[in-house]
Amino acid sequence: MSKNNPLALVFHTLFIGFILAPLLIVCVVAFTPLGYISLPTDRLSLRWFAAILDNPRFISAFWLSLGLGAVSSLIATALAIPAALAIARNRFPGRDALSAFLLSPLMIPHIVLGVAFLRFFSSIGINGTFTGLSLGHVIVILPFALRLVLAAATGMDPAIERAAVSLGASRFTVFRRITLPLIFPGIVSGWLLAFITSFDELTMSVFIANPSTTTLPVRMFLQIQDTIDPMVAAVSALLIAGTLVLMLVLDRMVGLERLFVGKSRRG
Amino acid sequence: MNARQAGPYWLSAPALAVYAAFLVVPLASIGLISFQHFEFYGGIQPGLTLENYRAVLGDSYYWEIFGRTFAIAVLVTFFCAVLGTLEAIVLYRMADPWRSLFLLVVLGPLLISVVVRTLGWALLFGSTGLINKAFLTLGIISEPIQFMYSTTGVVIALVHVLVPFVVISVWASLQKMDPAVERAAVSLGAGQLTVVRRVIVPLAMPGILAGSVMVFALAASAFATPAIIGGRRLKVIATAAYDEFLNTLNWPLGASLAILLLLANVVLLYASNRLIERRYKAVFAESAA
Repeated sequence: MSKNNPLALVFHTLFIGFILAPLLIVCVVAFTPLGYISLPTDRLSLRWFAAILDNPRFISAFWLSLGLGAVSSLIATALAIPAALAIARNRFPGRDALSAFLLSPLMIPHIVLGVAFLRFFSSIGINGTFTGLSLGHVIVILPFALRLVLAAATGMDPAIERAAVSLGASRFTVFRRITLPLIFPGIVSGWLLAFITSFDELTMSVFIANPSTTTLPVRMFLQIQDTIDPMVAAVSALLIAGTLVLMLVLDRMVGLERLFVGKSRRG
Repeated sequence: MNARQAGPYWLSAPALAVYAAFLVVPLASIGLISFQHFEFYGGIQPGLTLENYRAVLGDSYYWEIFGRTFAIAVLVTFFCAVLGTLEAIVLYRMADPWRSLFLLVVLGPLLISVVVRTLGWALLFGSTGLINKAFLTLGIISEPIQFMYSTTGVVIALVHVLVPFVVISVWASLQKMDPAVERAAVSLGAGQLTVVRRVIVPLAMPGILAGSVMVFALAASAFATPAIIGGRRLKVIATAAYDEFLNTLNWPLGASLAILLLLANVVLLYASNRLIERRYKAVFAESAA
C-alpha cells in the first residue's frame, strides 16, 4: 500500500481542522467570563456552567431526554431482538420485505415523521405526552438497534446452538445460555446507538413536544432561535464531553465504522 | 403451516404491530389530510380535493423554496463527495494508530447532536466572526463574507454535518479492495495520481455513489441547520413545512409539502439503489468471493 504524499497530508490536516473547528469553538466560548458570546482572552470562567444549574428549563429538559432515551431505546431493542433473530436465522417468504419494512424509517425524512406523529397523536389525544414522544422515538431508533443486533445474529455460528440442543438443552436454555451471550455485544451496542439517536433527535420531536415535555435538543433549538448566549455553548460543551465518553465505549465494543455501515460482519 | 414455519412471523409480530399502528397509520393520515380543504375558522374540512397540491405546485413562492432546497442539496452532495472521498483515501493509506484515531475524529461527530454542531458554525460565522477575522488577517478576502442567513453558510454547515457519511461509505468500499491491484498498477509504472484516478476511485465508486445519495437525501430534508444558519427568510422545504404546521397552522398545506418531500426521497433512494446495484453487480460479486 502506498503512503500519503505531503499534499495529501496537507489536505488531511485542513479536513480534520474543518471537522473539529465548530466543536472546539463551542467548548472555548463555554468558558468565557463575559456576559455575551466572546472568546476568553485573559482568563477562563465556569460561570456559564454554573448558570445551567440555575436554569430549571434546561435541567428538566435534560432529565426528560435521558428518561425518554432510556425508555424508547429499551422498547426498541426489545422489539428488535426477536425480529433480528427471525430474519437472521430463517429463510421464509417475505423475509426481504420484512427487513426492508423494519428498516424503512431510515428512509423517511424526520420532518415527515414529525408532522405525521403530530397529526396522529393529536387525534388520539396523546400529543405532547411522554407516551407520544416515546412511541415516536421507538419508530425512529428501532432500525439502528435492529441493524446491529442483526449483524451480530448473522455472524453467529448456528452449529453452536445445534450442539447445545444435541446435548439435551431446552429451547429456552439454548436462548439464555448460548444465543443471548453470543449476540450480547450486538444488543448492547444497538441499544447504545438507539439511545444516542433518541437523545439527539430534534426534527421529529420539535413537532410533538409541548412546553412541559421539551427534550434537550428541542429546548436548545428554541433557545438558539431566540438568542445565542454562552449558556447554550456551555450545555453543548457538556454534551460534546458526554458523547466523547460514549463514543469511546462504542468504538471499543464494535468499532465506529461498523456502527454506521451496519454490514453483517461479526460484531 | 406448522409451528416451526410460523416461528419467524411470531418473532417479528411485536415490531410489526408497533409499526402498523404508529408508522403506517400516521403516514396514511398525513397523506389523507394533504387532500383535504382547510378553513381558517373551521379547521380541516371533510371531502377530498387537490387544492393543496395545486396551491403548492402553482405558486412561485414554493418553487423558489424547492429550487433553493435542491440547489443546497446538490452543492452539499458535490462537496461531500469530493472531500469525503479524498479523506477516505488518505485514511486508507494511513497506518495505525493514526488511522483509527482519525477515523474516530471523522465519524465521532455523527453521534453529537446536529444542534450542537450547527451552533458551532453559528458561533464561527456570526457572533465571534472568527472565520472572517482569520480570512481577513490572512489576506484571503478583502471584506467580510456574509455567512449567517446565507446559502453559503448553510452549505458549509451541512457539508460538515453530512460529510462523515461519504467517508464511511467510501471507507467500506476500500476495505473490500484487493491491495494487490494497487501494487500491480504501481509496478506497471502508474504514478500516484494515476493510481488514485484510474484504480482507487473506480473501485470505490459504489461507495462514493451510495454515500452521495444518502447525503443528497439528508441534505434535501435537513431541518435544524437551515433553520439556525438560514434563519426565517432563507426557507427550505423542511422549514417551510414547519412554519405551516406550527405557525400558520395550515396542516393540509404543510402535509402536502411533507408528502412531496417524502415521495421525492423514496423515489430517489429506491431508483439509485437499483441503479447502483445493477451497474456494480460485478464489483459486488467479485468482492464477496
